Amino acid sequence: MTARRTARRTWWKTALGVLFTALMLFPVYWMFNVSLTRTRDLRADPPHWFPWDPTFEGYEAVLGQQLPALGTSLLIGAGCVVLTVLVAAPAGYALALLNLRGRRTLNFVLLVAQMIPAVVMAMGFYAVYVRLGLLNTVGGLIVADSTVAVPFAVLLYTAFMSGIPREMLQAARMDGAGAWRTFVSVVLPLSRNSTLTVSLFAFLWAWSDFIFASTLNRNGSLIPITLGIYNYIGNNTTQWNAIMATAVVASVPAAVLLVVAQRYVAAGVTAGAVKD
Amino acid sequence: MTTIPTAVGTSLDRRGVAGTVPATPAGRRPRRAPGPSRWAAVGFAAPLLVYLALFYAYPLWRNIDLSVHDYTIRAFVQGNAEFVGLEKYVEVFGSATFPTALWNTAVFTIVSIVLQYSIGLALAVFFRSSFRLSAVLRGMFLVPWLLPLIVSASTWAWMLNSDNGIVNSVLAASGVGQINWLTSPDTALLAVTIANIWLGIPFNLVILYSGLQNIPGDVYEAASLDGAGAWKQFWSITFPLLRPVSAITLLLGLIYTLKVVDVIWVMTTGGPGTSSTTLAVWSYREAFGTGQPDFSPAAAVGNVLILIALVFGFLYLQLQRRQEES
Repeated sequence: MTARRTARRTWWKTALGVLFTALMLFPVYWMFNVSLTRTRDLRADPPHWFPWDPTFEGYEAVLGQQLPALGTSLLIGAGCVVLTVLVAAPAGYALALLNLRGRRTLNFVLLVAQMIPAVVMAMGFYAVYVRLGLLNTVGGLIVADSTVAVPFAVLLYTAFMSGIPREMLQAARMDGAGAWRTFVSVVLPLSRNSTLTVSLFAFLWAWSDFIFASTLNRNGSLIPITLGIYNYIGNNTTQWNAIMATAVVASVPAAVLLVVAQRYVAAGVTAGAVKD
Repeated sequence: MTTIPTAVGTSLDRRGVAGTVPATPAGRRPRRAPGPSRWAAVGFAAPLLVYLALFYAYPLWRNIDLSVHDYTIRAFVQGNAEFVGLEKYVEVFGSATFPTALWNTAVFTIVSIVLQYSIGLALAVFFRSSFRLSAVLRGMFLVPWLLPLIVSASTWAWMLNSDNGIVNSVLAASGVGQINWLTSPDTALLAVTIANIWLGIPFNLVILYSGLQNIPGDVYEAASLDGAGAWKQFWSITFPLLRPVSAITLLLGLIYTLKVVDVIWVMTTGGPGTSSTTLAVWSYREAFGTGQPDFSPAAAVGNVLILIALVFGFLYLQLQRRQEES
């Protein structure tokens, strides 16, 4: 009874909320709508507000031309996840649980590292890669993309791992486990949710990266999807349905990943936050 | 279920600063765990230390090196660029583009963060009161934040297209003449700022919403018993109590916005002319945006940008430390 009365009293808020959300998501809807519009209708006046007469020519173009780029992006995302976790998890352990000397300085360096503009990093990497012959390689791009995720990942792991009860570590030590064994069989399994969070974001950032891709991999034979979209815009400015179809496809994995893994993200972060 | 966006928001930002992760408070250091030696600690930290040296310090050093030499593309490969000291910096500061880029950076950054913050805060307050679907709708607000920037930027570019854009077509219906959003020097900066505000709203909403959750409900109850209306409550309770969170949100927003390249580059490439060129875009254009890469001035601009970002970065760290202490 009370609940229903409350619901009745707040229906206008729901209506307002739906309106705000619709306004906010309009560009996303529009991307979807344009991706289904026929080329001849793209310049219709007034524009077609709904895809009543949808076409999949845009999506056919994506499948025909951008499939390798999607694969490259997946590969780069996966590589970035692996590299980030390999570097960040042990570092988090050292910072949180092993009394690393100079850990305050290191924390500080990690925070500052996140403030450096990507365009500056891109130039530095370009200068380094041009000598090493790493330009236009997937490996080089993975390393560059991981610089966005690593400082974040270390800080996240550190925050979570410092909440692990010391008794558990001592128990492991009583059983004769060394630092490595404790890390592998106690700390890492406990930090599973942090690893999922880190992986998710490392993947998302690598997947979305444009600056590093457009500077370090612009002439590569394997280009990521963000560069695929960008080249598309440069090459045929008339086929916006194909561009938008590519954009829709490029958004899908990110969205799916977050919806599927949202629970782990939440669990991981709140666990870390509560323990803090 | 309400924890999800909160969780994401308090610690994660798509543009990569984990500054909001509550760093382990110094006071909570555990009593020294006996056992593993300090060498073990160094061993576990070694990959990170090597990583930072190779992939942060070295590229940054190379960047400084670029800015004090006269690098042409050939000198780049051969590595025999002439040392010119601070000449490139003098060149950059004296260039006609510099005041424009600085002004554009200031306008783009300040307008973006002020509006992102205001809209984010208004929405956070709106979503604070629970109503049917509030959690779902709040979750949906995250969508723009998840899309690759190039996707959002190209969508906005098409929406703001002069002849066929939906924005102009709606404006025309209400009697406004055609606006050349992206191709007129008068509106290009405005157009990219609008897109950037849209991109930043989710981040602000999420952080501010989680800040609101920390204000105890009984403060509001007391206030409404005293007869304070919603407006009064906002200005006398919400806004003052949210000040620390607000400060952090605004500063983080500032640091991210200074770095923005992709949105502007995809929408206008900093043009027409230099009318939407910010420092970051200028640096990108000099180095990578033309057929004639000019790395030395680009690196100089980049280093100036780092200095500006670091000033605000230190301000942020200072603020965070003070909040941890209190």
